[in-house]
Amino acid sequence: MDLQETQRLLTEYLHELAHLFHRVPGSAIFLRYVKSSYQDDPIRSAVELFLFLFAVRYLLAPKYSTKPGVVPLTEDEIDDLVDEWIPEPLVAQPTALEEMEVEKRMVIVGPVGPKSKLANGRTVNNLCSFNFYNFNTNESLKEQAIQTLRNYGVGPCGPRGFYGTQDVHMKTEADIASFLGTAACIMYSQAFSTISSVIPAFSKRGDIIVADKGVSFAIRKGIQISRSIVRWYEHNDMEDLERVLAKVTKEQARKPLTRRFIITEGLFESYGDMVDLPKIIELRLKYKFRLILDETWSFGVLGRTGRGITEHQNVDAAEVDMIVGSLAGPLVGGGGFCAGSEEIVHHQRISAAAYTFSAALPALLSTTASATINLLQNSPETVSQLREFTKAMRAQLDPRSDWVYCTSAPENPVLILVIKPEVVTSKRLTYEDQQYLLQDVVDECLANGVLITRLKTLEDNFQPKQVVPAGLKVCVTIGLTKKEIEKAGTIIRHAITKVMSKKK
Amino acid sequence: MPRRFSNNSSNDTTTNSPSSGKGGIAIKAPSVKSNRLAQLFSSSPKSKADSQPTLAASQSTGGNNPNNSPPPISSASLSLPTISLSTATADNPAMDEMPTTLFQPPTPEEARRQAKAHAQFGVIGHPSHRYSSRHPGGVFPEPVMDEPPYYYLLTTYISYLILIAFGHVRDFFGKRFREENYRHLKPRNGYGALNSDFDNFYVRRLKLRINDCFERPVTGVPGRTITLIDRGTNDHNHHFYLTGTTTDTLNLSSYNYLGFAQSEGPCADIAEDTVRKYGIATPSTRAEAGTQDLHVEVEDLIARFVGKEASMVFSMGFGTNATVFPALVGKGDLLISDELNHASIRFGARLSGASIAMFKHNDMKDLELKLREAISQGQPRTHRPWKKILVVVEGLYSMEGSMCNLPGLVALKHRYKFNLFVDEAHSIGAVGPAGRGVCDYFSIDTAEVDVLMGTLTKSFGANGGYIAADKVMIDKLRATNPGIFYGEAPAPAVLMQISSALRIINGELVPGQGEERLQRLAFNSRYLRLGLKRLGFIVYGHDDSPIIPVLLFNPAKMPAFSHEMLRRKISVVVVGYPATPLVSSRARFCVSAAHTKDDLDRVLTACDEIGNVLQLKFSTGIAGGALPPVEEMAPPPEMEKEWHRKRSATPTPPRWRIEDVIRRGVQDVKSPLY
Repeated sequence: MDLQETQRLLTEYLHELAHLFHRVPGSAIFLRYVKSSYQDDPIRSAVELFLFLFAVRYLLAPKYSTKPGVVPLTEDEIDDLVDEWIPEPLVAQPTALEEMEVEKRMVIVGPVGPKSKLANGRTVNNLCSFNFYNFNTNESLKEQAIQTLRNYGVGPCGPRGFYGTQDVHMKTEADIASFLGTAACIMYSQAFSTISSVIPAFSKRGDIIVADKGVSFAIRKGIQISRSIVRWYEHNDMEDLERVLAKVTKEQARKPLTRRFIITEGLFESYGDMVDLPKIIELRLKYKFRLILDETWSFGVLGRTGRGITEHQNVDAAEVDMIVGSLAGPLVGGGGFCAGSEEIVHHQRISAAAYTFSAALPALLSTTASATINLLQNSPETVSQLREFTKAMRAQLDPRSDWVYCTSAPENPVLILVIKPEVVTSKRLTYEDQQYLLQDVVDECLANGVLITRLKTLEDNFQPKQVVPAGLKVCVTIGLTKKEIEKAGTIIRHAITKVMSKKK
Repeated sequence: MPRRFSNNSSNDTTTNSPSSGKGGIAIKAPSVKSNRLAQLFSSSPKSKADSQPTLAASQSTGGNNPNNSPPPISSASLSLPTISLSTATADNPAMDEMPTTLFQPPTPEEARRQAKAHAQFGVIGHPSHRYSSRHPGGVFPEPVMDEPPYYYLLTTYISYLILIAFGHVRDFFGKRFREENYRHLKPRNGYGALNSDFDNFYVRRLKLRINDCFERPVTGVPGRTITLIDRGTNDHNHHFYLTGTTTDTLNLSSYNYLGFAQSEGPCADIAEDTVRKYGIATPSTRAEAGTQDLHVEVEDLIARFVGKEASMVFSMGFGTNATVFPALVGKGDLLISDELNHASIRFGARLSGASIAMFKHNDMKDLELKLREAISQGQPRTHRPWKKILVVVEGLYSMEGSMCNLPGLVALKHRYKFNLFVDEAHSIGAVGPAGRGVCDYFSIDTAEVDVLMGTLTKSFGANGGYIAADKVMIDKLRATNPGIFYGEAPAPAVLMQISSALRIINGELVPGQGEERLQRLAFNSRYLRLGLKRLGFIVYGHDDSPIIPVLLFNPAKMPAFSHEMLRRKISVVVVGYPATPLVSSRARFCVSAAHTKDDLDRVLTACDEIGNVLQLKFSTGIAGGALPPVEEMAPPPEMEKEWHRKRSATPTPPRWRIEDVIRRGVQDVKSPLY
């Protein structure tokens, strides 16, 4: 094959190609465009050619991982690595404190009442349950619960969205709303999961939460999962709250308006003290924050008829955007609720995880909650009696004990007793030491027929870490007589003295 | 073209093979003798309208003599054959034909009581209506995902486009002329908008249209039947008012797998005694003073039932998952989760602080790839090896009806040394010959699974969740699990419902009843699934799953299906985006042991009618439902050609007539459904 032959073949092929190209529809337009652009604007043609070549190169380039830092390995190497890999056990060895926790677990045999029988056969005064009004063993409430059981069975066998909304749930929701004086209310099937779901239903990424440093574990989980921007203020420090609010407002002044929330508790789970709601309302209105108030420990307890902190501090419940509470403690029902405006409640019915993805509350717990709310509403003397007993118990402990003081508010039937700081420093007690000492106190009380508990808390993985001081928890109940309460208080005080003075 | 012909054969009215019944509605023969149950059920004044399909269905279950039925579950029905209230009244002309001297009709009181009991738990129609749910061995099949013709996919997309376009047009005018309706979507008085306009669009413009299919209020026991409280709306589903009437419907919506949602019978009796003895609640957390003897007893029972050393119970299933993961995994650990895992698992996983990876639903190959990459590459950036890897799957997926491939997972576990967490929310009680979940179903030792989690809401008719594992692990979790520390303890009545249900299942209480429940559930699940496949519906999931999703595709078919079913007095759940992928909207049937075959025939008849009207029969036959190759079904000579083609590789779309589905259902249910 000589050169001429090759040339001839080449032109033939080119010719053929050109012919084919001309047959493609629209090729004439393309040619005209290329020709004119080459003549009018050769630089543009060059750029276009470059882009075309780049596109071809990009499409032909081999695929690569977009994950940074992936080390390419052969299959054999991976097999070796798999063989070598030794995972840690799923759970670590228990620590000494954890072992104590399991070992000292209290088992109550029979009903939970003011006097409960323990597994060892002893009957003790139960100052450990949230059965403040002793509704748990109330005969008429039991009858109502049985009636509900005979009409509805036990479980509702489905989430609220799919045929799990029973008329009793709607009634209880309406009862709570009218009790509190809010427009609407939504019920969840566990109190602990309520607030953790309410917060992320509203506060999303980019929204701002200003929260008390001492809020409960459940609130911390809700804040954690919301992935919002969090600013903490010192526990119950209204000046610090104002400082934080002012700072946030200043920082965000030029940014688009996002949702902003203040989150706090009515009575704090870990400290027992009370929030200054009027002041918070004043600040929230001033800085235009919404308020999420967790009334888990104050609903059914504070106020003339147990409506909670809004009644106690004479605040209109409508001033609070979301009131979250529990029906499981003193009301001996089950589940939690969130009360607020129609919009707020409606939004949760679609977007609160613990509501949409969980089975509804058993009917008998729902009707019991309705009934106990009714009882409280109609007999405010029950609530005042509890307050009186709380006072009696407190009188035995707080000013009289040399070793502990009570961090709870005077109205709180959950008395949280913390070792005095001077004792901690003088005896150089670590956190663990305190826990062991307090467990000894609990055991000593038990030996004298009074059931109390340590304040049980967990550390979590959310920053900043919250360290709740070690403490004792004493729950007052009106199921006992005032004498018994006072006697129990004395026993607790003596037990504390006995254990603490023994410790060198 | 033969192939074209076979696809069109369903419209060919001259053929009379069962596959040619598309468009044919079952002809209801006048009922002469009907099952007493159907009579009873239809005698309720509120459910008269539905008697026709029921009668037609029961009529076709020939040889179903009620007097031959085995000892039924409710002790009340051991008495003489019951007659319905309407025929028991003296002024009814039907009384004249009744040989009243033969038996004493029950008192109205007794009849009412029985009617109530049967409305909660039906009496088994025939002893053959049982099956044992068990993996037949061999490779666990991937569920076949059938696809509809492209026409339906296209119209589905177009439907959504139209809905979205209309939504935007309405928003455009609404925001100008009806400002008050949009107030919560806009910043107001210096407060940010409560909901974002964009996030709310779907709810406002799409879901609102079909809101009447969700959150339907009910009353009474969610057993075999469920009583809906009727409601109406004056403002296009924004608000509902109650009309004051109720409707009794057949319940295919509750997770009442074993039929323990009952207000009568041993469970309810025990629960009642418990309330009398123990009070209503356990008003404390588990860690403080919320552990009663009942809790310990139930935890032991559950541990023994699922085959683990120890367990703990919680008062909420969602909360169980939401709190257990932070106690199991943390920073430096990897959690590999099935992409369709429940929201509670995602909630808990996000709180745990562990890295999270996902693998394709039930895809063991993808999981293996993910595992190899994770182990060989280690943690991102630092490349340090993961401390541990936890693979989280569900036993039975509530939207897909598919079961996890446990044999595959166990094989991978041996190779890759990860820890396995199985969420048996739906599978506990519902699958396995002894109702003990997926391990039981696959005959796999429970020691292969590190953590077994489950809910007590579904099969046991109670509430709450449990976690079962080795004692060491449970003891550690008792001291580290937030659900134990802060969550309220389960109530005594709920606990005893669990305990009595468990003891019935394992035969300690009322021997024989637990087994009957399990086997009836297994039979019912397969029967309905097979029937739907044969009618031509696309059904997802595995053969033995009691969750049966029927694919609807077009969004407008969701409310249509729900309404049509409600008109026939059957309550079903319809789900669409975002709970499912955008295109695959579906209706979901949850079968229960409380259903009788007649109930399911009623459902099949209803589905057949609705399927024709709504054009829902678009299966291609790859997922089964074709005729089994049996001699008696040999074709007439003129159809031999088609018969052979049917048996060849190309599947024929199954379009059985409802009569044939019902006639052949019971005998075919025991063979593989594919």
